[in-house]
Amino acid sequence: MTMDKKTIRFTVNKEMVEVTVEPNALLLNVLRNDLGLAGTKYSCGTGACALCTVLVNGEPILSCITLAMAVEGADITTIEGLAQPDGTLDPVQEAFLDHGAIQCGYCTPGMVLMAKDLLNKNPHPTESEIRGHISGTLCRCTGYTSIVRAIKSLSK
Amino acid sequence: MKTYPLEIKLNGELRSVDVEAKETLLEALRNKFGATEVKNGCGKGDCGSCTVLLDGQPVNSCLTLALQAQGKDVLTLKGLGGEDRPHPLQKSFAERGAIQCGFCSAGMMLSAKALLDRHPRPSREEIREAISGNLCRCTGYKKIIDAIEDASLEAKS
Amino acid sequence: MDELEYFRPKDLSEALRTAESAQGAFKFIAGGTNVIPDMRSETLAPRLLIDLGVLDDLRYIRDERGTIAIGALTTISQILASDAIREKVPLLFAAAGRLGSPLTRNRATIGGNLADASPCADTALPLLVMEATVHTARPRGTRRDIPMDRFFLGPNRTALAENEIITEITFPKPGASERGSFIKLGLRNAMAIAVASVAVQLDLRGRTCRKARIAFGSVAPTPMRAAGTEKNLEGKDIDERLIRECSLLVQEEILPISDIRGSAEYRKMAAAALFRRAVQEAVSGGGE
Repeated sequence: MTMDKKTIRFTVNKEMVEVTVEPNALLLNVLRNDLGLAGTKYSCGTGACALCTVLVNGEPILSCITLAMAVEGADITTIEGLAQPDGTLDPVQEAFLDHGAIQCGYCTPGMVLMAKDLLNKNPHPTESEIRGHISGTLCRCTGYTSIVRAIKSLSK
Repeated sequence: MKTYPLEIKLNGELRSVDVEAKETLLEALRNKFGATEVKNGCGKGDCGSCTVLLDGQPVNSCLTLALQAQGKDVLTLKGLGGEDRPHPLQKSFAERGAIQCGFCSAGMMLSAKALLDRHPRPSREEIREAISGNLCRCTGYKKIIDAIEDASLEAKS
Repeated sequence: MDELEYFRPKDLSEALRTAESAQGAFKFIAGGTNVIPDMRSETLAPRLLIDLGVLDDLRYIRDERGTIAIGALTTISQILASDAIREKVPLLFAAAGRLGSPLTRNRATIGGNLADASPCADTALPLLVMEATVHTARPRGTRRDIPMDRFFLGPNRTALAENEIITEITFPKPGASERGSFIKLGLRNAMAIAVASVAVQLDLRGRTCRKARIAFGSVAPTPMRAAGTEKNLEGKDIDERLIRECSLLVQEEILPISDIRGSAEYRKMAAAALFRRAVQEAVSGGGE
């Protein structure tokens, strides 16, 4: 069985990119290995931990169980695309820093993007809504308390 | 319960309380002097989270009777510095990400301070040796060693 | 431990008088690095603690021409900081550096390490191979000199009487032809109770061993000299074959048990390996 590679184009962090990939290439691996964007983490590889979360056309998806070819033409945001071009951090990132919501840092890109997604959809989430929204994203270090506090501090 | 008067200089301030004979310095610091920045990890000297400087020397406060500190200088993390005037070690630990859960951090910084007071420019091997009595389960130690190295490169310690 | 009392003697005599009148229900404490964990685990439950840590005139290291004298209350850190020890007694320097951690070494004393009498007491091994003497004081002015190889009687048991305090440890300064090595195998770089440890001191002329002293820790109820292996080395030229032969003898002489840190079988193999390495290091000019 041959795998016919195909060249596809999509936008990542507002930049148009072009990659040539096999049909079974995973979006996570294309982002990390072909495009050098290692901020999105490879953790469980089975969609269970959500550390591979990226936004596709504004919606969070699990890039470890998404084929690269499935996002042809889409608009993708990874953690690298959150801060301003001049380096100014997003308020979500600042809040995580201020509240000690980062220990080993491995869940942080996924957590931050889910937080961003929540606040985009609901600017005044309750604690319960926050916990519900990040319920698919695992953290082994913090016990979640500081993460929830960080997100709550942005709830206006 | 028989008690004895204990007077120590805690972070530069003369303090006194009554303690029992069996009370360790760790217990007196946390429970009577309110110095909860000194952590109780294993209670038997293995982990080093209870490290304080006793007359400038790093010791396990869980292996020192409170009464054995009679009349001595005790330095804890709070005596090292604070938010308004952080010690170079506190700055470098924060900047290097050498603090995750934070439980080992006070002991690590005090062992490091004792080292830098004796050897202002230690090698990484000397740093490892100096913190060999302090366990960390989070960081894998590399960032802690980097942070101590950074602090040693700052002019004053 | 409810009504525990604490006493600070002003000098050695007062410490001894207080011990005598306490009639057994007391414990001497120095650095506290063994006594405090033992009290917490209730292995020890004294009514009175007599703090020897305040006896500063028992803290010294003296180089008295042919003899080194170390005061019993000298801390392990002080031993490591001593130029005399580092340069002239590398075996003790090496063992002191592997005892506990930088934190416990600031409190632990050499007298305490011996009095605690763990089967793997780190300072015991160099002192055994250097044939040291333990000097003590008892009430009413009596003194004793106990040779190191008669000091340990069993796990945590010594020849010391109840009211007897170690004052000083002395040993002949190692000579120019004496080469040694100390190796400790532990499960961690610090705060490790040895799985097995060895100290070797050989008086060499070229490769000929004129005198051999070998001590092991953690492989018997007390730190022990391997007398049979020593005799097998003396008067011979040290080569690979002899070292191998002696390492087999070692395995027969030692009496390890299986415990939480290792099996008896493992300890036999480890002790033999440490012995081979230590002899090779000593012969190739190692001072430690």
